[in-house]
Amino acid sequence: MRNFIIKRLLLSVLILFCTTFIIYATMRCLPTSYVEQMAIRLSSAPNAKPYSEWLEQLNASYGLDSDIFTGYVTWLKDFAVGNFGDSWKYTVPVMDKFVDSVGISFIMGVITMILELVISIPLGIIAATKQYSKADYAISAGALIGISLPTFFFATILKLIFAVKLQWFDTHGMVGRNYAQLDSWGQFLDVAHHMVLPIITITIVSIGGLMRYTRTNMLEVLNADYIRTARAKGLSEKKVIYSHAFRNTLIPLVTIVGGSLPGLFSGALITETLFAINGIGYVSYQAMVAGDIPFSMFYMTFIALLTLLGNLISDILYAVVDPRVRVA
Amino acid sequence: MADEKDIKNAPEKKEEYSLNDDRRVKVLSPGAMVAKRFFRNRLAVVGLIMLAAMFLFSFLGGVLIPYREDEQFYTTTEMQKDYVNATRNDTYRITAADGQEVGAVLKNTINLAAIQGDEEFTYKDVTYKNVNEGDGLYSVYSGDTLIAVAAKDIINVEAGQEEQPFDVRYNALLTYVKGGGSFTSGGVEYAVDEDGNLSQNGTVLAYISRFVVTAAATDINPSRDFKERLEEALVDEEGNVRPDSEFVYADSDGTEHTYNVVYDPSKLVWAIKQSTATDVFDIYSYPSFQHPLGTDKNGMDIMTRLMYGGRVSLIIGFIVVIIETVLGVIMGGIAGYFGGWVDNLIMRLVDIFYCIPSMPILIILGSAMDNMNVDPQIRMLLLMLLLGFLGWAGIARLVRGQILSLREQEFMTATEACGIRASRRIFRHLIPNVMPQLIVNCTMGLGSTIIMEATLSFLGLGVKFPFASWGNIISDVNDSYVMTTYWFVWIPAGICLLIAVLGFNFVGDGLRDAFDPKMKR
Repeated sequence: MRNFIIKRLLLSVLILFCTTFIIYATMRCLPTSYVEQMAIRLSSAPNAKPYSEWLEQLNASYGLDSDIFTGYVTWLKDFAVGNFGDSWKYTVPVMDKFVDSVGISFIMGVITMILELVISIPLGIIAATKQYSKADYAISAGALIGISLPTFFFATILKLIFAVKLQWFDTHGMVGRNYAQLDSWGQFLDVAHHMVLPIITITIVSIGGLMRYTRTNMLEVLNADYIRTARAKGLSEKKVIYSHAFRNTLIPLVTIVGGSLPGLFSGALITETLFAINGIGYVSYQAMVAGDIPFSMFYMTFIALLTLLGNLISDILYAVVDPRVRVA
Repeated sequence: MADEKDIKNAPEKKEEYSLNDDRRVKVLSPGAMVAKRFFRNRLAVVGLIMLAAMFLFSFLGGVLIPYREDEQFYTTTEMQKDYVNATRNDTYRITAADGQEVGAVLKNTINLAAIQGDEEFTYKDVTYKNVNEGDGLYSVYSGDTLIAVAAKDIINVEAGQEEQPFDVRYNALLTYVKGGGSFTSGGVEYAVDEDGNLSQNGTVLAYISRFVVTAAATDINPSRDFKERLEEALVDEEGNVRPDSEFVYADSDGTEHTYNVVYDPSKLVWAIKQSTATDVFDIYSYPSFQHPLGTDKNGMDIMTRLMYGGRVSLIIGFIVVIIETVLGVIMGGIAGYFGGWVDNLIMRLVDIFYCIPSMPILIILGSAMDNMNVDPQIRMLLLMLLLGFLGWAGIARLVRGQILSLREQEFMTATEACGIRASRRIFRHLIPNVMPQLIVNCTMGLGSTIIMEATLSFLGLGVKFPFASWGNIISDVNDSYVMTTYWFVWIPAGICLLIAVLGFNFVGDGLRDAFDPKMKR
């Protein structure tokens, strides 16, 4: 088991190197005029350094003045010691901006995940146990509709209905107009109130996947021999489903949920952008559109890291939960 | 599929078969079985209908509709444009006599004296005589020398004539306030009539009036006649301002124009506005017979844009999925078949591609292309290539997994025994067995690719104007006024998008169930 984990870890590090190299190369492939434009813009700010100095600094700070491999090594060294540079758009160290914004994304992610689990797993089980019934059709169709809904369209519809027509919520932003006058409990409620629509959006859009996954796995388990045995023993249907079948369905569920835990930090780019929630998704969207190379590099590396971590966790969990795959 | 023993090949006539005759049993090919199971699934059939509807709408609709993709429509609106401004001069204008210098302070003093009607006033120890020559006309003398004239009346030079020297103008004013007559200046005889026309030998050089009409634009030259008629319309005989009204004037061609008159009492100015018909883009017009779904912000027909947008979205979806599949099948096939270090290498590559955050990369490249003003057509091409290139990893993994298990089966040993070459074994014998999963995957992939493209276009980083795509039609909602007021701009596009994606997902799901041999029915 330990060897397995070590092997996976080493492999992950290797993959991370390659991925960051590809990301770095993509950034390098942006035409050089891009950095020049950036330098022009930075130098035209009041009290700014002259253009040539900016250009030199920008090139030097990203190793753009050397060849691609040396540049990558320079970047990697900085990255390894936690020096992510200063964001061009926010003019603060990348890390500061990141720490500022990741909290709200994480909270939203956790709430969404809990809602998702609470809603989709029971529905998936119902659909599987009553296969081909009306309920199954309704749940399957609902799950597919959730998957098919474009986030931006659904969010806009929600805004139109609940924010514009019914005026229950604000269309944008994290806090209301009189946020500063509220006491701390009131401020908490205000932020919570502004989180409702975004959380509904993310939940509805992401609920379908897990629901179908639960249904498929439950169906597979229900067709297994040990379920037939359980039924043959004369166990009640309730017991068959909830203690025999469900426990076995948990194996794939635990691995997939565990694997998606790191994703809680990655933020919901589109939803946050649409609702102007200053989470990591919206902050990095603005940075990316503005051509903020330091922040974008950091964000993409961060996402890659989270993906790797997710895969690693689900692999390890799989081995932990299911004794059959513990051979390696 | 190979051993087709369809009922069609059976003889038409119903013969009596013995009980153990094979022909009594209806045999379906695996393909027919799949089709049968597929059409039994109601959701899948609904999905198929949705897809058919969207394809007809996009591909046939674009042919049938009379409008072009980027045809702009115009509408005529009446616009009130400023034509002239008119004002009645109620203040004295001071004109210095030839060879005299009148400073600003002296001018003010003269003005004051004229208003108060003083006969004498002193400025800087000099005493000036202020002689009232008639209504609104004062001559200012210092001793016996004429210094300046303060007059309410204004001499307007006729078009094509030159401005008269001071002496002529002074005499003209004098004659005018006395009710007309003639005078001589510089040996030339001039005449001034009651209406204030200053003429020489019957040629009108200028006219005197308290009414000032200024054109609102340089290309407007109101005629004398126009000005006089306007004065009559604005002020009655006693000089009182008439209430705001319309002013109708027939120009030299005889066409009548109607002007709107608005009087501003605080500034004592009349604004005369002409309503003219102006061609403007027919933007955000509500659904009508010509435009079933109205028009967008560029005055283009939304229905047409939706049809062409559907083409773009669907074609992009297909091309991307084809690129993904070709890459994925080749890589996955090679990895699964050869195994060993090739497999290891390709699978690590797959891991790397899994790790690359594609949305951020597409956003960055999109905004970089925005900065460089890349041609929209090239952009579209690059978008497809990028989406395809970033998305093959999943398919490669699927193909490899399938092939790994298929490779160990007997029919593969048989192909090896037959000495069939490797490429043929992979692509003729292994890949067809992966087909079912591949088809399901591609169908579902089409849906997610279309959403991806629409999201990018919505953010303004995918398909760009003048090309339509469902995503960039919806992007109009970024203007919150459009979102709340013009539902017809974005809701139909969203519904089209939803129907297409839902169709692909329903069909994909139905196919998955239909291909599954473990299915109970």
